[in-house]
Amino acid sequence: MSDQAYNFAYLDEDTKRMIRRAILKGIAVPGYQVPFASREMPMPYGWGTGGVQVTAAVMTPEDVLKVIDQGADDTTNAVSIRKFFQRTAGVATTERTSEATMIQTRHRIPETPLTSDQILVYQVPIPEPMRFLEPRETETRRIHALADYGLMQVRLYEDIARHGEIATSYAYPVEVAGRYVMDPSPIPKFDNPKLDDCPAIQLFGAGREQRIYALPPYTHVRSLDFEDHPFRATKADHACAICGSASSYLDEVITDDAGGRMFVCSDTDYCAQNAKGGA
Amino acid sequence: MSLLDASGGGICHKEEVHASSSLPKHLDSDSPLLSVRSVAKRYGARIGCKDISFDLWPGEVLGVVGESGSGKSTLLGCLSGQLRPDGGEVLFDTRDRGPVDTLRMSEPQRRHLARTDWAFVHQNPRDGLRMGVSAGGNVGERLMATGARHYGRIREAASDWLDRVEIDTGRIDDRPRQFSGGMQQRLQIARNLVSGPRLAFMDEPTGGLDVSVQARLLDLLRGLVRDMGLSAVLVTHDLAVVRLLADRLIVMKDGRVVETGLTDQVLDDPQHGYTQLLVSSVLQV
Ligand SMILES: Nc1ncnc2c1ncn2[C@@H]1O[C@H](COP(=O)(O)OP(=O)(O)OP(=O)(O)O)[C@@H](O)[C@H]1O
Ligand SMILES: [Mg+2]
Repeated sequence: MSDQAYNFAYLDEDTKRMIRRAILKGIAVPGYQVPFASREMPMPYGWGTGGVQVTAAVMTPEDVLKVIDQGADDTTNAVSIRKFFQRTAGVATTERTSEATMIQTRHRIPETPLTSDQILVYQVPIPEPMRFLEPRETETRRIHALADYGLMQVRLYEDIARHGEIATSYAYPVEVAGRYVMDPSPIPKFDNPKLDDCPAIQLFGAGREQRIYALPPYTHVRSLDFEDHPFRATKADHACAICGSASSYLDEVITDDAGGRMFVCSDTDYCAQNAKGGA
Repeated sequence: MSLLDASGGGICHKEEVHASSSLPKHLDSDSPLLSVRSVAKRYGARIGCKDISFDLWPGEVLGVVGESGSGKSTLLGCLSGQLRPDGGEVLFDTRDRGPVDTLRMSEPQRRHLARTDWAFVHQNPRDGLRMGVSAGGNVGERLMATGARHYGRIREAASDWLDRVEIDTGRIDDRPRQFSGGMQQRLQIARNLVSGPRLAFMDEPTGGLDVSVQARLLDLLRGLVRDMGLSAVLVTHDLAVVRLLADRLIVMKDGRVVETGLTDQVLDDPQHGYTQLLVSSVLQV
């Protein structure tokens, strides 16, 4: 089925071994950013080359792959990555969260709870949560090494000072297993609680930045906050216009030129199942 | 029984030491806050500083003067952990463990000390401030770095400190970029003193400011040092600054100390030829 011009899942075995070593290290030290020698992939950066390499390194022929972009299976990005693995690995694909063994994602965690039989791979543009506060890599590395995270708290302080509340609504920083502070990739903060105590393995790949990090199953993940401004996983205060769900994360969709809009589930699989009454 | 006796005697002695060191006047203290022993630092073949030894007592301000290139900043860097000396000891009287050689501390311990019990005021406020962070965030950082997690209380403390350094608390959310040079310097001081440090390192804190702005800053510093019982090592070119702030002086030349004594003594009756030149302003300092 797969294209014989390529090794299984495109990457050669040496490269996969190198990436797996980085992944294992990441799992051994949850939340720690492991450098790895990111390879050129036949797609532009920003298209999830980090996630694709992680997926390729852990994929087996028996895997059933789901790819989502902002919750949807049918966007260009998701479709092309799915096709890429169909062609280079010949694996089965699905749009159903519950049927997938591997899910590569950009910007969302599925609404359907994950299980211990699944691996969730995140595409990460900027792995360093302090990048915009402290541009010096030597200094951020030292901050992580010493768990010296006052600066992270300053970022949240600035948010409240300027907006009256913690306005960071995606890529909301978390503390992993009481140790490393981690950028969960640009998922909405609504998804942050799903990171915590999750039965699935969660892997994060940043291609351009050449970093891999990981959350082993059932890792404690805490969103940073203040005692008097506790973390809240917020979403638009509506129900989905299609399936009626009041609990799933919603996208605002402009429906016409006259300013018409509606709110629909960002997770298209969840929405379809829910509409059928099966979610 | 004999063990108990021995340790009991030890504890008794220690308590006596503590009781006397809590007296406000530094002259009554039994142990120095900072003991510097034979500190030396080279840059390749060039001497940065050499054979530096002195004691700094609680509540005392020590001025370090000398011409450009005499090793003042190098010494300050070595004392404050920003530079690694080639040799010597820098014993700091820590709150929990008594005198500890800070050069042999682990990096996390030294960092902790640097943001709780020490202050460092740079000549250029840009080196000591986060220019992209609000005044309140700048002042609050030390508190957050040592575990403060209550926004309202952090803000209250920041506001209180802005007030103490005479910055309008209405500017708490402005960035330092929008402040004048003198305000930036006062903000840097607030950012350092918010943790209630016992020792401040200052490198030309009034350098680069207009004379009138300098005078105001000096007044402020003098008040803070007095109110907080702060000890300080103050590096400056400006003999008027040490006259106003320093209890004692060390005079440096070519990386070494050539004269030391009470400020008025050294300035009014300099013994070393170099100090005489310095004081008579024959030397361009
Ligand atoms: N990073 C460095 N590399 C090499 N030499 C240095 C370095 N820093 C300082 N020096 C040298 O060490 C000596 C002491 O310099 P230092 O900066 O400590 O003097 P200073 O008394 O602070 O001078 P100034 O009053 O101009 O600030 C000088 O000869 C200087 O050229
Ligand atoms: Mg200097």
